[in-house]
Amino acid sequence: MTPAPLPSAPASGPAIELVDVTRRFVTPDAKVMTALRDFTMTVERGEFVCVVGPTGCGKSTTLNLVTGLARPNVGEVRVFGRPITGISPDIGFVFQADALFPWRSVLDNVAAGPVFRGMRKAEAHDKARDWIDRVGLKRFEQHYPHQLSGGMRKRVALAQTFINEPKILLLDEPFSALDIQTRTLMQDELLGLWSDARASVIFVTHDLEEAIAMADKVYVLTAGPATVKSVYTIDLPRPRVTAEIRYEPAFVDYARLIWNDLREEVQRSHNQASAAAAA
Amino acid sequence: MSSIIAQTLDPPATLTSPSEIEIAARHASRRRRQIVVAARIGILVAVLAGWELGARSGVIDPFFFASPSGIAEQIWTWVTEGTSQGPLWEQILVTMEETVLGFLIGAAGGVVCGIVLGRNRLLADIFSTYIKVANSIPRVVLGSIFIIALGLGMASKVALAVVMVFFVVFANAFQGVREADRAMIANAQILGASSYQITRTVIIPSAMSWILASLHVSFGFALVGAVVGEFLGAKKGVGLLISTAQGSFNADGVFAAMVILAVLALVVEGLITLVENRLVKWRPVPFDGH
Repeated sequence: MTPAPLPSAPASGPAIELVDVTRRFVTPDAKVMTALRDFTMTVERGEFVCVVGPTGCGKSTTLNLVTGLARPNVGEVRVFGRPITGISPDIGFVFQADALFPWRSVLDNVAAGPVFRGMRKAEAHDKARDWIDRVGLKRFEQHYPHQLSGGMRKRVALAQTFINEPKILLLDEPFSALDIQTRTLMQDELLGLWSDARASVIFVTHDLEEAIAMADKVYVLTAGPATVKSVYTIDLPRPRVTAEIRYEPAFVDYARLIWNDLREEVQRSHNQASAAAAA
Repeated sequence: MSSIIAQTLDPPATLTSPSEIEIAARHASRRRRQIVVAARIGILVAVLAGWELGARSGVIDPFFFASPSGIAEQIWTWVTEGTSQGPLWEQILVTMEETVLGFLIGAAGGVVCGIVLGRNRLLADIFSTYIKVANSIPRVVLGSIFIIALGLGMASKVALAVVMVFFVVFANAFQGVREADRAMIANAQILGASSYQITRTVIIPSAMSWILASLHVSFGFALVGAVVGEFLGAKKGVGLLISTAQGSFNADGVFAAMVILAVLALVVEGLITLVENRLVKWRPVPFDGH
C-alpha cells in the first residue's frame, strides 16, 4: 500500500507571509524585550528577498519565526499559505556561525540531511558527492572541517543545505565572517545555486551592497523593536555578477536611495545603545 | 621554554633551499626529542641514586623511608617467591579486576546520567541539589559502609570504585552536553534530525572531549577506590599488600606496592589515550604535535 499523498501546497500565492507579527522575549532578569513589532513581509515564490537593518534590531528573529524555532506572540506566519506547525522539511537554513559537525568529514556533513530524513547511507553519499562537486570541493570529500578555509567551510554549508532541495531558503548573515574577495565569490556561488533551485529566499545581512547585488526586493528594518521601514524592488538584470554589478549606475542609485533610509535607523540604534550603556 | 623551541626549530640562516631547510628542521626536532628523553632518564637516575646514596650513608633512614635497592629486592621476592597472601600476579589481578569493573560501571553510569540530565532541564533542576550533596560527601567513607554491607570480597571494592568514578564522569558528561553548540543543534534540527538523532550525532560527539578528559582522571580514582577498599578490609589485592607491609613496618613493601600500582596506572592511561586518539581523530592537531 502506498502512503496517501500529503495534500499538496496551493499552486499559487506567496511562499512566505509574516502578517502583523510581534515577537517578545523574556530576558533572564525577567524583563520583556520586543524584537519585532507589527511586522509584515511577503516573499513570492522564487523571489530573493534581502533584509537589512541596524545591528541587533531583530533581523534574525524573522528567520527563526519562519523555521518554527520561535513562535510569534501576535500575528501569523504562513509558509505556502499554511500556518507553521513545526520545522518544515521544505526549509533550508544557512547560519552565520560555523554550524558544520566538526567530527564528520565533508562527505558525511553534506550527507547528513538525507540520512536524517531516512535515506540509505550509500545513496546519501552518492547524492552528497554530486553536491560537493557542484560547490567545487571534489578533492576534499574526506577532509574534516578544521582542515578547510572559511570560504570552503561555507561551501560545505551551502551543499549541506541545498542537498535537501529546500523550497524555502533562509540565510542569516552567512558570509559576514569571510574576507571581501571570498565573500564576492560566495555571493555568485549562491546566486548560481539559487537560480538552479528556484527556491524562495530570505537573506539577512547588515551589508547594504550585498543586499542590492543579490536581491529582487530589499526590506529595510527600523532600529529595535524592528518593523518594516521601507521596501525596495531591485530591478537589475539577472544573471548578475556581484563583483561587477556594484559599478552600474543603477546600482549606485539604489545604494544611495536605500542608504538614506538605513542611515537614520543605524543612527537611532547607535543612540539607543549609547543610552542603554549610560543607564 | 618557548625560546628553546624557537632556537632548536629555526634553521641556520645560511641554508637557502627548501629541502635543506626541511632536513635541518627534521634534525632539530629529532635532537629536541632526544634531549627530552635524555633529561627524563637523567632525572630518574639522579633521584634514585641520591635516594640510594642517602640510605646507604645514613642521611635517610631506610627503616622509615626504604631504599631503591630494598624496594627492587622486595618486588623480586614477591615475583619469585610470592607474597604472604599468595602469588603476586593474583594480587594484581584482583585489584585490576575491581578497578576495571568499577571504572566501567561508574563511567557508563556517569555518561548515561550526564546525558539524560544534560538534555532534560527539568530533571537537571530536580536532581542537581542531590547530586551536589552526594558529591560533597567524602566518598572514601562509604568504603566502610560497603564493607559492612557487601563483605570482604570483591563487591565492596567495586562499589567504592564505582562511586569514586561516577561523579567525575557524570559532571563532565553533563557539562559537555550543556556546552554543545546551539547553532549546530539548530542546524541538525532543520536538516531533519529527530531528537534521538540529535543526541546521537551532535550531543554525544560534542560531549565526547569532556567525557574522555574525565576518563583519564577517573581511572586513577577507580584505582584509589579499589586500593582503599582493600585497605579497609580484604582477603586479596595490592591494597592488602600495603596494609600488611604497614603492619609489619616494612617500608620497602609499601613502596614496592606503590611502584606496582604506578606501573598499572601508566599502562591503562596509555590504553585510554589510544582509544581517545581513535575516537577524536577529527580534532585539529595541537600545536606542539606529539
